[in-house]
Amino acid sequence: MSFSSFFSHYDYWVMLFLAMAGLYVVIARGNLIKKLVGLATLQTSVYLLYLVPGKLVGGTAPIVHTAFTLYSNPLPHVLILTAIVVGVATLALGLALAVRIREEYGTIEEDEILHIELGPAKNESPK
Amino acid sequence: MSFAEHLPVLQVVVPLVSAPLAVLFRDRLAAFLLVLAGSWAAFAISILLWLQVRESGIISYAIGSWPAPWGIEYRVDALSSLVLMLVSGVGAVVLPYCRSSIVREIRPDTHYLFYAMFALCLTGLLGITITGDAFNLFVFLEISSLSSYVLIALGKDRRALVASYQYLIMGTIGATFIVIGVGLLYVKTGTLNLADMGVRLQDMTSHRPVLAALAFLTVGISLKLALFPLHQWLPNAYAYAPSAVSAFLAATATKVSVYALLRFYFSVFGETAIFKQLPMEDLMLVLALAGMFVASTVAIFQNNLKRLFAYSSVAQIGYIALGISFDSVTGLTATIVHLVNHAVTKGSLFLLLGAVMASMGGVTLARVQGVGRVMPVTTFGIVLCGLSLIGVPGTAGFVSKWYLILAALEKGQWWLVFLIVLSSLLAVVYVWRFVEAAYFRAPRADLLQAREASLGLAIPAWILVGATIWFGVDTSVTVGSAAAAANMLLGVTP
Repeated sequence: MSFSSFFSHYDYWVMLFLAMAGLYVVIARGNLIKKLVGLATLQTSVYLLYLVPGKLVGGTAPIVHTAFTLYSNPLPHVLILTAIVVGVATLALGLALAVRIREEYGTIEEDEILHIELGPAKNESPK
Repeated sequence: MSFAEHLPVLQVVVPLVSAPLAVLFRDRLAAFLLVLAGSWAAFAISILLWLQVRESGIISYAIGSWPAPWGIEYRVDALSSLVLMLVSGVGAVVLPYCRSSIVREIRPDTHYLFYAMFALCLTGLLGITITGDAFNLFVFLEISSLSSYVLIALGKDRRALVASYQYLIMGTIGATFIVIGVGLLYVKTGTLNLADMGVRLQDMTSHRPVLAALAFLTVGISLKLALFPLHQWLPNAYAYAPSAVSAFLAATATKVSVYALLRFYFSVFGETAIFKQLPMEDLMLVLALAGMFVASTVAIFQNNLKRLFAYSSVAQIGYIALGISFDSVTGLTATIVHLVNHAVTKGSLFLLLGAVMASMGGVTLARVQGVGRVMPVTTFGIVLCGLSLIGVPGTAGFVSKWYLILAALEKGQWWLVFLIVLSSLLAVVYVWRFVEAAYFRAPRADLLQAREASLGLAIPAWILVGATIWFGVDTSVTVGSAAAAANMLLGVTP
């Protein structure tokens, strides 16, 4: 891959970095809130994947008129509006569950919850 | 336009509208009646659609009269009409069961919310099945997923919360992967209509984004359908959810994901060069076999019956994936038949377990000892479902295994026939563990007074048990529709 093609698609690299960073946080962190932060990052990165190809340099809104010939596609924006709503709902539900888990277990650390459920003996045994 | 022409959209709108109305009434009985009316209407509509499709072929409905490649298209064909009927049918049976079941398991002041969530979940599942638009599919997927997280979290056990949280994380990763896949396909083809996408992908020359899309969609949907090894969320979610929810989700949620996988594989990617070059069949075969054997073996060592049969679900999904891996008409027929048969079997099994739970206070093997003596009818039902899981002739499970074996023989893979039978023997072992506890042990002294489940629990469960037996004897509906759907997916005219 040449240098210029890397930079002409830099927006995709940003998206990819965000997605992988988010996914890493979800997998690597045991704190229920931090996991949700990672999940939100992963979801947000996808918005870029849709929005980036929808934008044309110098493009206008899609107005049918002889003065405007180059226009950006509005559909990705509409799709992402929906995806944002879904993301907000997921995050809200995730946080609500975290609150309920905190009420029941008194902790939001995954390993401590496992410890409470399985008992100390099982948790410490090597897998 | 006549009323009949609007059936495809009513299929989704009727249960959708019942959800907010149920919340507005804030009353247990009113919410129940509304959602019950909604789900029964949905079942009636799905039967009408099935008849219509059988008579006159594919129904295409343009939402808001915007024609297909631009607007959202609802598309009912042989496969989706069958899945619609399955999902709404199970919904219509499980809902009356909820009324007697959730009284013990969920706080009474939140019952109306439970019904609203149930209606939303049903809406989402029906929407995934009926839509012909890739992004719309994602939105419905999230509607059904979010409501099912809530339904699972309503379980009485506090572990339900953790199970629901884990499912939320895994499910959202899966859904996000699906959007990434859909996004890449959209960038490549400029369309979101699934049928249109399939046509445009055929003449693509550069393959890399399509390959990435295929990978993301495969992993994303496999997470949703709990294909081994992406099944980690399933056992806990089914084990700790309220009984009615376990039954509903076990019968429908994973099955609808299988439907989505079939749609993407055969309607979108089916004819593309990339799909034919990749060893997708081998990949499916390996994962299916691993699921069948590993999950069945794990099931043998479970002490909680709900967990035991949840692992058995993962194994049964292995059989469904095995049918896909044959990539032949018989193989896909086996997949679709097993999709229906396993749904009714597992649905009735979890409903009966819910009845046991109501009477005995739990479903661990230690607690259900001697249940055959105190609840003979319910126990007999569970044994019938167990026989169907094993694949004994006369039950639904036999029919699907028969077609799987036919498909294996068609390919000349004798060793697969042997493996299918061997994995059925593992099912014999885990079903036997229940039989042994139920019939050959004395009931615990404090549970001698337990009685048969009330009719409100028994009737819905036995309707599904009846379906399990009926689909094992009369296969005209299941195999007939499944064969038509398989022919359609592979583009073969029978």
